Amino acid sequence: MTHAVPDAPAALAVPAVEVRNLTMRYDSLLIMEELSFSVARGEVFVIMGGSGSGKSTLLKHLIGLKQPAEGEIFFDGADFGGADDAARRAIMPRMGVLYQNGALWSGLTLAENVALPLTEFTALEVGAIDEVVALKLGLVGLRGFEGFYPSAISGGMRKRAALARAIALDPDVLYFDEPSSGLDPISASRLDDLILELKASFGTTIVVVTHDLESIFRIADRALFLDITTKTMTALGSPAALREDPPNEQVHRFLTRSSEGQP
Amino acid sequence: MRELGFEAGALGAWDSSLLIFLLQARDHCEAGGLRFDTGGLPDPVTRLLELARAVPDRAVVPDPAHASRVERLGAAGLSTWDAAMDAVTFTGQVTDSVIRLLLRRTRMRWREFWVVVQSNSSGALGIVTLIALLMGVIIAFLGVVVLKRFGAGYYVSYLVGYGMLREMGALMTGIIMAGRTGAAFAAELGSMKITEEIDAYTTLGVSPVDHLVMPRLLGLFVMMPLLVIYADVVGIAGGMMVAVTLLDLTSTQFIGGLLSAVTLSDALLGVFKASIFGVIIGLSGCMKGMQTGSDAGAVGRSATNAVVMGITLIILANAVVDWLAALLQI
Repeated sequence: MTHAVPDAPAALAVPAVEVRNLTMRYDSLLIMEELSFSVARGEVFVIMGGSGSGKSTLLKHLIGLKQPAEGEIFFDGADFGGADDAARRAIMPRMGVLYQNGALWSGLTLAENVALPLTEFTALEVGAIDEVVALKLGLVGLRGFEGFYPSAISGGMRKRAALARAIALDPDVLYFDEPSSGLDPISASRLDDLILELKASFGTTIVVVTHDLESIFRIADRALFLDITTKTMTALGSPAALREDPPNEQVHRFLTRSSEGQP
Repeated sequence: MRELGFEAGALGAWDSSLLIFLLQARDHCEAGGLRFDTGGLPDPVTRLLELARAVPDRAVVPDPAHASRVERLGAAGLSTWDAAMDAVTFTGQVTDSVIRLLLRRTRMRWREFWVVVQSNSSGALGIVTLIALLMGVIIAFLGVVVLKRFGAGYYVSYLVGYGMLREMGALMTGIIMAGRTGAAFAAELGSMKITEEIDAYTTLGVSPVDHLVMPRLLGLFVMMPLLVIYADVVGIAGGMMVAVTLLDLTSTQFIGGLLSAVTLSDALLGVFKASIFGVIIGLSGCMKGMQTGSDAGAVGRSATNAVVMGITLIILANAVVDWLAALLQI
């Protein structure tokens, strides 16, 4: 996949990801309704909210693991949420996903994990694939770990290896599910560095689901707040601006990490 | 009495039992219209009492009212329908994958395939040998006891030959493999479901069926007939041991009697059944694995369901094949 070259203004006008009037349900249980937002190319967009607010469910909709109950999801201007299987599968290689626990394929070595997307979607020779794998593992600081199985490395390394796999095809959009969960502060901060580096170097659009405040203020260009009490989004903007001028009490309490008013 | 107060000045160490006592006392006071005065209690106790009574920040969703018998029947019907549709969908996905493999639109994952072949050959030989041998021995014992009464002990080789080749070789191997390999498939794929490995295939835009199900299914499809041929040989040998020991028969007579009665089509019927059982075990194991839920007990439930479904379908398929064989006079 080639990443977008920001030269044509017309292309810039099409958001990388757009959500219109999305309603999410588990069977008949309403999770969130009336979500509308768009993610601009090359920005770091954070989906934040309390535990159980539907952040991960929203991510599952964005990466195609769940279909919207109502509303639409567009990927680079093309219908994604309502597309049939074949159309969705054609779009999926253009996005990379870093799952909460990495989700590396346990039967494959790190090199094979990173190589699998390349063998599936490119016509590269074995030698060229090895070079790409070495580069991607090198970018996340895992050069030399090619032959290791996921079970033999630490949680932080697994996450970085999974990131190498997610960027194997140079995706247009990268999704992160709770990147800092389960990581020590140093590893979490290194992952934030990597996110910023990917944005700066490759111009990758990055969507992050997290409730880690430190990370939000460090990496996010804009953030969306899912409010569990109203079952819809109640804030959208830069995290610093939202903290200065919170649109409601829930956002204020979330961004200032306060439990005031809570019983 | 209008008020309940406490004098806790001399209170030393205390723990949760004090709080439970106070909460119960407060409930009694409220029920009886008494004032409950916490003034005399230490501050930490008062604060904890308040916390214990705090309203949760999210309303508790009450359990739906007790469903009537008709509603439960309807729900059970719907869930059975859903399960049937899931099975049809999964079989369709696998068929689609097989067709794409034959048309060379997707690659076979040979490494996984050989892993399955290995675990279902050398890995399974011990248990298959034991069960097949005992099966042959049991059939021979049965033959010796029944046929000897009619002075037809010689025909015990018929019984062992027909019994092992047409029925018990395939059936027992199928049941062993459903318990062994079917459960393993369900547990492996179930764990992958929980660790999001299957989602990682899906969101890459590649089919998890191609990568995970096909190698397992084809590996078992190839190995089951070979295992059954092996089980047949071992079972007949076991039967021969019993016949030679308990009857006035030599092994040459036993084998001669066997070969004069049993035809190749008897053996092929067992091998044909083995292929079908291989598909059944592979499909039920992989399907239950892919349908695994997300809680801690889900993998165990999937493995159990895979074994139950596998064995049930094997016995059902065995009856259907026998019926068809009888119709076609095979």
